[in-house]
Amino acid sequence: MDRTTGQVPPTDQALVAPPAGDPAGPVDTPPPDADPLAGRPRGTIGRLRIIGSLVVVACYVVAAVVGPILLQYDPVATDLKARLQPPGTRLPDGSLAVFGTDQVGQDVLAQMMQGARVSITVGVATLVLAGLIGVTAGLVSGYFGGWLDAVLMRLADVQLTFPSILLAIFIASILGPSVVNVVIVLSISNWVTFARVTRSQVLALKERDYVDATRTLGAGTWHLITRSILPASIAPILVVATVELGHVILAEASLSFLGLGTPASTPSWGMTIANGRDYLSNAWWISTIPGIGLAILVISFGVLGDALRDRFDPRLRSM
Amino acid sequence: MDHPLLSVQDLTVQFRTRAGTITAVDRVSFDLAEGETLAILGETGSGKSVTAQAVMGLVPRPAGQVTGGRIIYDGTDLLTRPPSEARRLNGTELAMVFQDPLSSLNPVLRVGAQIGELFRRRRGASRAEARRKAIELMDRVGIPAAARRVDDYPHQFSGGMRQRVMIAMALALQPRLLIADEPTTALDVTVQAQIMALLADLKAEHRMAMILISHDLGVVAGVADRAMLMYAGRVVETGELREVYETTAHPYTRGLMASIPELDGPRERLQPIPGAPPDLMRLPSGCPFRPRCAYATDICASQPPTLAAVPTRPDSHRAACHHAEEVLADVVAG
Amino acid sequence: MTAYLIRRTLFAVFVLWGAVTIVFLVLRLVPGDPAQLILGSDATQEEIAQLRDQMGLDRPLPVQYGKYLSDVVNLDFGDSYRYHRDAMDLVTERFPATVQLAVVATVIALLLGISLGVVAALRVNRLTDRLVSVFALLSQSMPSFWIGIVFILVFARQLHLLASGGKGGLDRMILPGITLALPFIAILIRLTRSGLLDVVHENYIQTARAKGLSERVVILRHAVRNALIPIVTVTGIEFGKLLGGAVIIETVFAWPGVGRLLIDSISARDYNVVQAAILMIAGGFVLINLVVDILYGYLDPRIRLGR
Repeated sequence: MDRTTGQVPPTDQALVAPPAGDPAGPVDTPPPDADPLAGRPRGTIGRLRIIGSLVVVACYVVAAVVGPILLQYDPVATDLKARLQPPGTRLPDGSLAVFGTDQVGQDVLAQMMQGARVSITVGVATLVLAGLIGVTAGLVSGYFGGWLDAVLMRLADVQLTFPSILLAIFIASILGPSVVNVVIVLSISNWVTFARVTRSQVLALKERDYVDATRTLGAGTWHLITRSILPASIAPILVVATVELGHVILAEASLSFLGLGTPASTPSWGMTIANGRDYLSNAWWISTIPGIGLAILVISFGVLGDALRDRFDPRLRSM
Repeated sequence: MDHPLLSVQDLTVQFRTRAGTITAVDRVSFDLAEGETLAILGETGSGKSVTAQAVMGLVPRPAGQVTGGRIIYDGTDLLTRPPSEARRLNGTELAMVFQDPLSSLNPVLRVGAQIGELFRRRRGASRAEARRKAIELMDRVGIPAAARRVDDYPHQFSGGMRQRVMIAMALALQPRLLIADEPTTALDVTVQAQIMALLADLKAEHRMAMILISHDLGVVAGVADRAMLMYAGRVVETGELREVYETTAHPYTRGLMASIPELDGPRERLQPIPGAPPDLMRLPSGCPFRPRCAYATDICASQPPTLAAVPTRPDSHRAACHHAEEVLADVVAG
Repeated sequence: MTAYLIRRTLFAVFVLWGAVTIVFLVLRLVPGDPAQLILGSDATQEEIAQLRDQMGLDRPLPVQYGKYLSDVVNLDFGDSYRYHRDAMDLVTERFPATVQLAVVATVIALLLGISLGVVAALRVNRLTDRLVSVFALLSQSMPSFWIGIVFILVFARQLHLLASGGKGGLDRMILPGITLALPFIAILIRLTRSGLLDVVHENYIQTARAKGLSERVVILRHAVRNALIPIVTVTGIEFGKLLGGAVIIETVFAWPGVGRLLIDSISARDYNVVQAAILMIAGGFVLINLVVDILYGYLDPRIRLGR
């Protein structure tokens, strides 16, 4: 930035007109706080976004935990009399199929709640693993610098310039479908964001004096990382994790849709949607309703992530 | 002045910010006659640039808004006309040169295109004609090898040459009023003098009126006819340049005068005005300059001073200070 | 500019090398016997032995790596088990269809994304802006395979307006094209909007207004062009993602491109084709990014002409 356009207010010497020709003289610009968004009640809208999306996410979590207990789902059971019933049908056994039944007579709602359990578990597990890998890489990279930093960051560059779904498909195709494998695959394609955020936090903190002060007091590296650097990095990492959670759940659904995700014994949403494809003309609900359920959850995480980011760290926008 | 070219009356501009509303320009009035040059002087945040932006209809919206007053140009009040219509005067009647020529030129368009677009968009000239006129203008403002440089991009020019490009653009359609906002602040010393000489020269040639905005009383001395000093959005002293400089009647002006280095004078220590520029969010009661003023008394805290005639030249020289006569006496005594 | 081009080309080669190495490492470093993993549990001992031999699994890792690199440089991925044909040939036959789909999606995304972004920026914080933002949020949050299915259901099965799949004329490309484009449209809307909102605060926009140009000219001539510079880069990256995303969309719409070949080959455990397809998509991706870098240099004279 050209320093003559800087809006840092001149300090106590401001009224000394600089000697003719000093290019850094005081300049007259509109007040620095003038912002087109000024006056918008950011706080209120932000809070509403956070609360609203949290409520939706909470509903899903409750459904995932409690749902399968209330509405038993057995992945291998079939009930041919009850197959392909539209939403709201009273089934022969007396129960109500709110979202209809699928091609083998399974209740779609029961499947969705079971699917929520799988998807949320996979999503959270992936973030924990990816977060561990990424935060460690970012810490090491930012703290020690040097060749290690160079190697890790080039690796991150390469991975970012490579379509992650391809990498995931490739690894998943070799490892085969299983919940653990899906978590591994998605973690490998998601560590980079965590690494980058952590690294930039570490670099920023290294510049600040309080870390310096701790260092001069003779604190060890480990102490410095756990007491100064990690606590300050928590907020941005959590924001990133929220944003990424939606992406991970979407990616898991895509893999499962392709038959590369969770196995048939633990069906996730992607698989239910894939199964419904063959019955589009006579049973639209099998694919459509789980898709809406999935979309609402992903949107909620997106809104929540955006709101948290705006609130805690607007600089993360560029990440 | 029977028929001023520009008459600004009680102009008030406010900005809404997160922390509240500030008044950047507070009931400012001045007239400008055809061919006359007015220097608007003051430090950062005094409202001088915002005043210029208001005249040009360039107050950044929606945060900034002209909330009162009139801007009468050639008999019509610009503020009563729809913005798109008022803006049509820009370029043809009113033109402006900005302080930072690098950021004020579009980095991805050739300078020839940026000058030429005035002829193409405003006068319907052909591409070839616009280019020819652009070269002519660049030549006129002293850019060497204009015919070759017309196809260069802004980043390929030096600071001084960029400001010449800006001036060429402002002059293209021969406006009757040129506003130059700190035209030399971003340039180094030798170039500053050249640009000021060029502006004085062009002004005489085209008989333009000019508003010259600066924080530096020295820079405008050779060019301006009249001076107007602003502090915290208000006019604190106004009059003919010689009067304001020689029979200063406001402590703020006096402080600024003391801080001009005299090139040929004895190497005295410069006297800075104590204290920081005012915070427009939290202006003191009464006179906004009070906290930094050596003359301040109780009345300054209770009553905001208004512009009043200065006894030495009551017809043109006015100052807004309860202690104007004391300041004047001190200045005259040396 | 020359130095810039050389730098970008070297980076492209580096990324490609990285991709090849990752594929190599993933195939070798998975737990268990790679040959066994690739062929699956119902493969015979002979088949496994044959593959072990072909992959050179008995030799030390660096030797395997050297051979692998030379095979890749020669575009030699071996034959397809299924079709008994050269794997790379199979992939190159299908590649145009995938590129076609990605190009259609990119064109749709650029047209819709940029214009919606400009509209949102011009109407910032008003109803139109909010509606556009909601549209962007929906487009990037809804699973693309599901949108594809819904599109087929609504436009092909119910309304009989557009064909649901298979290769053919432009009408067959509209549904898969839009579906593939949606996440990209969302990114473009956000980028154009925020880019324009940043640019309109630049001093040169004030200059343009001081020249008395109409607001339309100010935005379209002075602002959009500057706001477009980052869009070029993103378009490159996103085009690559479209090539990857096409894998899913091609499956939904039965589009005979590399993506569908890839998925079919995975289920048939035809790993030579899988590798060829993945590296082909990656190569196309890297190439596109290189082209974009060059274009970027051209759009921004500060890079083109050197500082």
